[in-house]
Amino acid sequence: MTATARVLPAISTGRRVKNTFVQGLVWLAFGLAIIPLISVLWLVVKNGLARFDLTFLTHSMRGIAPRDAGGGAYHAILGTLEQVAIATVISVPIGLLTAIYLVEYGQGRRLARTISFFVDVMTGIPSVVAGLFILAFWILILGFGFSGFAGALALSILMMPTVVRSAEEMLRLVPTELREASYALGVPKWRTIVRVVLPTAFTGIVTGVMLAIARVAGETAPLLLTVFITNSINEDPFNGPQMGLPLYIFDQMGRPNDTAIDRAWAGALTLILIVMLLNLVARVIAWWRSPAKAR
Amino acid sequence: MAKQIEVADLDAYYGSHKAIEGISMTIEPRSVTAFIGPSGCGKSTFLRTLNRMHEVIPGARVTGKIRLEDQDLYGAGVDPVSVRRTVGMVFQRPNPFPTMSIFDNVAAGLRLNGRVRRSELEGVVEKSLRGANLWNEVKDRLSKPGAGLSGGQQQRLCIARAIAVSPAVLLMDEPCSALDPISTLAIEDLIAQLKNDFTIVIVTHNMQQAARVSDRTAFFNLAGPGKPGKLVEMDDTSKIFTTPSEKATEDYITGRFG
Repeated sequence: MTATARVLPAISTGRRVKNTFVQGLVWLAFGLAIIPLISVLWLVVKNGLARFDLTFLTHSMRGIAPRDAGGGAYHAILGTLEQVAIATVISVPIGLLTAIYLVEYGQGRRLARTISFFVDVMTGIPSVVAGLFILAFWILILGFGFSGFAGALALSILMMPTVVRSAEEMLRLVPTELREASYALGVPKWRTIVRVVLPTAFTGIVTGVMLAIARVAGETAPLLLTVFITNSINEDPFNGPQMGLPLYIFDQMGRPNDTAIDRAWAGALTLILIVMLLNLVARVIAWWRSPAKAR
Repeated sequence: MAKQIEVADLDAYYGSHKAIEGISMTIEPRSVTAFIGPSGCGKSTFLRTLNRMHEVIPGARVTGKIRLEDQDLYGAGVDPVSVRRTVGMVFQRPNPFPTMSIFDNVAAGLRLNGRVRRSELEGVVEKSLRGANLWNEVKDRLSKPGAGLSGGQQQRLCIARAIAVSPAVLLMDEPCSALDPISTLAIEDLIAQLKNDFTIVIVTHNMQQAARVSDRTAFFNLAGPGKPGKLVEMDDTSKIFTTPSEKATEDYITGRFG
């Protein structure tokens, strides 16, 4: 016992104190970070459950007078799903191809550096500005009306840089050895990218895309300027004003009745659930495609 | 199937840095040629010029001639992709494709090149895995991920993957340096078998290994600090390790430097 103590000297008091102190800091930081998350979730669930029912999920606000109870967010859910889906369809291919260019072909060329710079700039664009741009360009200059599609265009401007950055990071993580192994088999570069690099980075890219979707699904300002607001169901994203869940929350919160406030909370709960559901789906896809899983 | 390689006055660069200079040699078919020399002397660079893998690195280029039988590898209109189909490569660290099963890893070369007939594929995979002495260990778990094998098995899997596209030449860049002695022995036995069908070039830091597996040995060295690597001498392995003609070679293999 004493022999081991002599061979391995005891940890000094100073080190013990420092260790405890830093450990305490880490726990404190963790606690501080988790408080807003938990309280937001709890608040939304508590207030949202009051109106989170079947009527809410299947009815629009058409014909619902300001003070009426009832009504729902079906038109907003539909709008959000359509707008986000279109934005994803637009921005994921463009973003992914840009990331592939930057990682696999650009390699320090001036064009790649320029693109990289502008992607950084785009990441910092306030969402209102994206909305204003589409409003000015698509709606005022080109003369298309308010529509879900215009909103999707604004959202895709916000999504693209996020997709590029996350996909770029993931592609860079693919070891060069794998590319070389593929080249050494006489596989052309494009095929190596499609069959080796992309599948290896697949899980990470899906996660990145989901984060981009989650970020964009809650955007209000650009939709306000491009989709406008309606109380009716509009299934066609290319014609006429639509609704979106963030717009719905914004709209209902602005009304001075308890019934409307309740609907707003239920809308917020729905939005969170949709994003969570999408994340879950992405996880399942990623797990199903993951290399670690023995098939 | 196996082919002769003739190199004449080859220089290789990384950007403006000249890595190897003035290399000329003949590599005989159906034999094992070993490259030895101290670290950084350009053995691996030279090996990678033999299947045009060198130019994959941005800014890397080559001057001089390499002939595979009668064809100039660097001639105009020669596609590097088709060169690599004929001259296969095994790397220092085993690098099976992590997203693919054992079967898919071996089939990768054929499949990624677009030739897919399941029945044909099964035959090739079994033949290649047998050729790499791995068939008996993995035949019951071909659908399991290739990354789940041990290091030595992974390296043999990579060799199976390389021979599945039936190349004429097989380049090996220190294939055993990440492996334990038992796995090394397995790979060395394999090399001895493979030379019946392929031209094999192996880079190694292990001189006993060079002496054990190779028919001819080439010794590379730096011309001086900061200078490009050079071929010092190339001869039958037995001669290099007993009576080398150059003093530098003797110093290196007897351990007096490097």
